Amino acid sequence: MNWTDVCALEDLTPDRGAGALVDGAQVAVFRLSDGPVVAVGNTDPISRANVLCRGLVGSRGARAVVFSPLHKQAFDLVTGECLDAEGVRIPVHPVEVRAGRVLVGPAGTARRIA
Amino acid sequence: MSARSLVVVGHGMVGHRLCEAVRERDAGQVWDVTVLAEEPRPAYDRVGLSAYFTGSTADDLSLVAAGFLDHPRLRVRLGEPVVAVDRAVRTVRTAPGHTYRYDALVLATGSVPFVPPVPGCEAAGCHVYRTIEDLDAISASARSSRTGTGVVIGGGLLGLEAANALRSLGLTTHVVEFAPRLMPAQVDDAGGQTLRAHITGLGIGVHTDTATERIEADAAGRVARLVFGRHPEGLAGLDADVVVFSAGIRPRDELARGCGLAVGERGGVVVDEGCRTSDEHVYAIGECAAAGGRVYGLVAPGYAMAEVVADRLLGGAATFTGADLSTKLKLLGVDVASFGDAFGTTPGALPITFADPVTGVYKKLVLSDDATSVLGGILVGDAGEYGTLRALVGAVGAVPDDPARLILPAGDGAGAGAGVTLPAEAQICSCNNVTQGQICAAISDNGLTDVAGIKGCTNAGTSCGSCVPMLRTILGQQLAAAGIEVSTALCEHFDHSRAELFELVRVRGITTFSQLVAEHGRGRGCEVCRPVVASILASIHNGYILDGERAALQDTNDHMLANMQKDGTYSVIPRLPGGEVTPEALILIGEVARDFRLYTKITGGQRIDLLGARAEDLPKIWKRLTDAGLESGHAYGKSLRTVKSCVGETWCRYGVQDSTTLAIDLELRYRGLRSPHKIKMAVSGCARECAEARSKDVGVIATELGWNLYLGGNGGHRPRHAELFAADLDTETLVRYIDRFLMFYVRTADRLQRTAPWVEGLDGGLAHVREVIVEDALGICAELDAAMAHHVDTYQDEWKATLADPVALRRFTSFVNAPDTPDPDILHVLDRGQPRPARDGERAALIAGTTLPVVRQPGPHESVAAAAPAPAATPALVLPDPAEITWRSA
Repeated sequence: MNWTDVCALEDLTPDRGAGALVDGAQVAVFRLSDGPVVAVGNTDPISRANVLCRGLVGSRGARAVVFSPLHKQAFDLVTGECLDAEGVRIPVHPVEVRAGRVLVGPAGTARRIA
Repeated sequence: MSARSLVVVGHGMVGHRLCEAVRERDAGQVWDVTVLAEEPRPAYDRVGLSAYFTGSTADDLSLVAAGFLDHPRLRVRLGEPVVAVDRAVRTVRTAPGHTYRYDALVLATGSVPFVPPVPGCEAAGCHVYRTIEDLDAISASARSSRTGTGVVIGGGLLGLEAANALRSLGLTTHVVEFAPRLMPAQVDDAGGQTLRAHITGLGIGVHTDTATERIEADAAGRVARLVFGRHPEGLAGLDADVVVFSAGIRPRDELARGCGLAVGERGGVVVDEGCRTSDEHVYAIGECAAAGGRVYGLVAPGYAMAEVVADRLLGGAATFTGADLSTKLKLLGVDVASFGDAFGTTPGALPITFADPVTGVYKKLVLSDDATSVLGGILVGDAGEYGTLRALVGAVGAVPDDPARLILPAGDGAGAGAGVTLPAEAQICSCNNVTQGQICAAISDNGLTDVAGIKGCTNAGTSCGSCVPMLRTILGQQLAAAGIEVSTALCEHFDHSRAELFELVRVRGITTFSQLVAEHGRGRGCEVCRPVVASILASIHNGYILDGERAALQDTNDHMLANMQKDGTYSVIPRLPGGEVTPEALILIGEVARDFRLYTKITGGQRIDLLGARAEDLPKIWKRLTDAGLESGHAYGKSLRTVKSCVGETWCRYGVQDSTTLAIDLELRYRGLRSPHKIKMAVSGCARECAEARSKDVGVIATELGWNLYLGGNGGHRPRHAELFAADLDTETLVRYIDRFLMFYVRTADRLQRTAPWVEGLDGGLAHVREVIVEDALGICAELDAAMAHHVDTYQDEWKATLADPVALRRFTSFVNAPDTPDPDILHVLDRGQPRPARDGERAALIAGTTLPVVRQPGPHESVAAAAPAPAATPALVLPDPAEITWRSA
């Protein structure tokens, strides 16, 4: 796996996101308040603006979600599924935390920028 | 068909209703309407007259909608009373000597207050209570009072209103009633006793079973003393120099008598079921008419008669066969209601009574002899069930097996009368004649979920408002029946409403979201509850809104201290208090906009909006603004937005107060206050209202004597004018009222609820707000004042604090691993010389365009003239010339 070191774990505020460039793709990285770090595509598929990293983190039932800051659709942070629009999905990136560093891998469906 | 001439004598509430009804229904333009009025002003709300003493102006009381008097087929002659009617040639003559011909004549002359023939009753300082002029005269007498004591003669409904007025004018007030109890026409002895206890508790002297023998005047002819001929405790009299007679009314039937129309034994123009007098061309309506041998002294029957006549004039056959005399009102803060056969005069009637002298509640329900239907009732001290009980009158079989349940307090808090099913024809809003069935239909047909929706669709609850609690009950029942849960829970994470959470946080001293959700909620929270809790914490504790864990609660706008736009860029609005800006600040703002390539526009609130700012540029932009002394305008927050103003008396030749200075002071006082929704204010320097203050949550309009305060307005998709709350205030009182209004709102409103629906949703509406923040009915004013003082003392500029905090500044990047790289997908093109987000077709051209020249984004200190071409007028929806594609980063 081609991991990208994006930042230190303590650079991330719990339950808040940060944008990152991973192999040319825009990624939103979230450190959840109960421990895990997750990463999804940063592009809001509904507005097509790169803003998901600035959305609020929360839960819908048992699922951890991020809410688009533009029109508040919820996206599952584990599966990438949009819970408010059928068939809409955002890419999910693998994340590893090693020695206090956050490493993000590529997602097959991530949009590339030349 | 040539027009026919309708002459209406009198422009009171009923005469005006007739004009409205005719104009509304006269689609064929059959009638030309001429109104001949004695009073100098068009129709006003005589029922709400007492509001004149609590700040409403004559204009506020007006019943005439803007533009109504401009109707080409309506003319209203004010101050031109009719003095004679010639029925033979069908003309009327007015005091100035003009003659008007009629095809139909409607007498709507109303009534005069009855002044009992007490010797001395003509002394100066003796008044009646009917017109705005009467109220002005009472005010003048109160101001010149030496005894500081006023007496109302007559303890009926209007007499108690007058007593409230005298009390509000600062007089020691007494009520003298000839009958053995107060409100003898509406309540029985036991109800009268309960009412009396409430009223004496307010410090008003009550003298029932008392006869006034004479009124003594001083040497100047001013009333000085009332001498009693009979008093239950032997009191000889009262020293007082303001007296108001409120001992009933007498119909104004002198015109009818003068032209030989039939009048009733006890006065009033005799009319038939069609409201027609003994002359087929002449009608009489309202308090001057005797319908079925009876003169009605209430406005609702008068309105009904006006509708009947309008119908008849247009060929209909409507009839008036009597009216419901039910009454519900709040007198001096005491609920009193009386309906149907309140005194149980029906043979075999079975009364049930409930009395609680401790809380001052008395209720009586009169049932039919077989206890299956409600005939009437009396409620004193708590009229919460009035709507239900009144609607039950005449409904057969609607009484439960245990009828006492209808008036006994419910142990489960559901309220008496809960669970009773009303028949569809039960009238809920008697002012606008709306039935239970119509309300239910409106709810289900339109999918209504709130009382405001019912008001909008049916007009129910829009006049006196007494049925609003009933509307809420019906709504709840309907929604429950449809399986729609009416929950006040904020979201899936909290079962509480915003107001409940506010109290939890405040009372338990909770300072973090994680503590609140662990103790009182569940899950991680969401886009609803997180910002609400952030706002509550900010309202209570103030301090930096992005401190610690609170940073994770703020929605992106509050998190980035800027408003996110559709393409992920932000808008920047520096605060310009009162809309005032120095040339230096204006130049700086222009330079910042130019250097950062920001679209620049003036907002509706007199601010300058700079749009298109990239996240990583926000600190640089704000550094320049704050270095020059500008601060956050909180355009991104649910908080005070702007206080708009005109230039006031400083410059304007019409201004009467310094509106700009007040606007600046208010803006600096309330800046940064976090609230359930945005708050807008404005201050106008005179009644011309150039600042549009009445469209704001808080509007202030200067008067010669001080400031008029208007509350609860807004623009938006449901525009609403703010209502007058208090008049002629000095600045200190004005600010105190606004402090309390805002804090009361912040504490108790729902999430995203502006002040207008919040006020509308309070039981008692703006009158309740007045009780709380002027009269301190809840005893919380000191707390509200302290909370606002805390806010004012601890305010800090959020942008200044952010710029001083290296950790906070880290969020202003597009990429945590490439902090200097901007988001390459943000593409702006020029339009009318300014940037805007590229549209889809333009984006495609730009992204595919390897052949397009790429323009380097200039640094903030470079001259933009060197980097950008002179702006050309590019029409929208036309692809820009490649040379105008200003910045797509390499």
